[in-house]
Amino acid sequence: MKAHLSFPLAQVSYRAIRVWQRNLDTFLRLWTTESWPPFIEPVMYIAAMGFGLGAYVTQIEGLSFLQFIAPAFVATAAMFVASFECTFGSFVRMEYQKTFDAIIATPLNIEEVIAGEILWGATRAVFAAVGVLVIIAFFGLIQSPWALVALPIALLEGLMFASLAMLFTAIAPAIDAFNYYITLGITPMFLFSGVFFPLSQLPQPVQALAWLSPLTHAVSLQRALALGRLSWGLAWDTLWMAVVALLALNGALALMHRRLIK
Amino acid sequence: MTKPVIVARGLTKHYGQLTAVKGIGFAIQPGECFGFLGPNGAGKTSTMRMIYGFSPVSAGELFVLGWDVQRDIRQIKHHLGVIPQEDNLDPDLKVLQNLLVYARYFDIPKNIARERAREALELLQLWERREAFIRELSGGMKRRLIFARALVNRPQMIIADEPTTGLDPQARHLVWQKLRQLQARGVTLVLTTHYMEEAAQLCDRLAIMDHGVILERGAPQALISKHVRPEVFELYLSNGAEEQLDRKLRGLPVQVEHLGDALYLYTQNGRLLRDELEGVTGIQRLVQRQATLEDVFLKLTGRALGES
Repeated sequence: MKAHLSFPLAQVSYRAIRVWQRNLDTFLRLWTTESWPPFIEPVMYIAAMGFGLGAYVTQIEGLSFLQFIAPAFVATAAMFVASFECTFGSFVRMEYQKTFDAIIATPLNIEEVIAGEILWGATRAVFAAVGVLVIIAFFGLIQSPWALVALPIALLEGLMFASLAMLFTAIAPAIDAFNYYITLGITPMFLFSGVFFPLSQLPQPVQALAWLSPLTHAVSLQRALALGRLSWGLAWDTLWMAVVALLALNGALALMHRRLIK
Repeated sequence: MTKPVIVARGLTKHYGQLTAVKGIGFAIQPGECFGFLGPNGAGKTSTMRMIYGFSPVSAGELFVLGWDVQRDIRQIKHHLGVIPQEDNLDPDLKVLQNLLVYARYFDIPKNIARERAREALELLQLWERREAFIRELSGGMKRRLIFARALVNRPQMIIADEPTTGLDPQARHLVWQKLRQLQARGVTLVLTTHYMEEAAQLCDRLAIMDHGVILERGAPQALISKHVRPEVFELYLSNGAEEQLDRKLRGLPVQVEHLGDALYLYTQNGRLLRDELEGVTGIQRLVQRQATLEDVFLKLTGRALGES
């Protein structure tokens, strides 16, 4: 039993897919209502920020304001969708619907349930990333075939944010607690991770803080891929996200085990 | 003697400081219906949860279908059908889909799952409602659906925690009848209940629990004849009548128990006692009946209310 707590990922088998399938089934039933927001949101941002505010901004790093911000929305959409899915979505299934309780009476264990939920959150992040890519491609804002790599990067980013969200869900006393997660975690990341302006604008200590924001790395990757401006620094961003994703995933499994298995 | 399908020795469950199950031992035989009876907080549900792997065992040993729950819970769960106390149907899925998705957790192929889901829904008279949403079902239908769900993996053993709580009499009898059919097919039933009638109707053997220990065990009829006399008088007295009654009963072979305002007299010879009671003034109400399991239960677990 002790071993579970140190490396709970070892408890996860292919059966986690069963939970992912369950969530896909319910998503497909509701997809007409659930899959629109990720498409509409970037259109609104591009309209307001790009065409509205952008008219007053000259150029950033040799790009128009719209060219600069548009690829970042691939990363922000993935963050928002994965975060909401594994906070509010998972919490409702866990606390109100008792879905996890029902599943662990079958051959699945709690680690597989949580891993399946996180995998699902990451999958939805990819759906959202696809949505944004299609929209910004439509506006002619993609300049490189490297943009196809955006999808595996969105999957990694989704795994990271879904795991971080689940880590918080495991300690959330009630559903109101997620307001803090969104207001104090997600919103500041959205504003200070290089989405709207280059981080070099910020004072040195704040830049260091921004480096700690998981979104910073996803944004720099997505922007570089859309523009075809590749560099070795991107490998570090990828590694950074992979390490954080792995740690958060393992931590989420351990904390959820502690919360639910009594 | 066949090998038991559940063996517990020194089975213990702690939740922090609280000890819910205090080192109990029992053995359940294949094909029997075994019931755990007890007031709220007696440790029944904790025992059930350890059997189906929901709660880890704190101390002691527990073997189910020959496997150790602490090592091989996955194999055990493949062969169990669990009917939990609470409604944990999947409200995001329709009735039939609930069973199909549940079957997938057991890696049951789709075509077989469809067959079994249909069979289970027909058995519990829910096939007509297969396309309904869970929120559209009545409480009794939900309970039946949970029952149907527990059948999709063709379990060798059904673990039912208060399977009929909240059901109307028709639905309760339907569930009893289906449980008996399953037992007739060789499925072992393990259940908890608050209803003495249910225990007496269904169970081959019972364990009466309170405060985390098993107080008594045996076949329902055997427990009745062991612990109480066969005829019962329930009396409600006006003030002062008790003294008079005490004098009358002195020397008679009568067991006396109190529960709130009521007085219970147990005897071998109902007619004799009835004649004696004729002469007592101040009896407001008197009911004469056969002793039931409920009398045994109340005698063993105490007549005082309260979930201590």
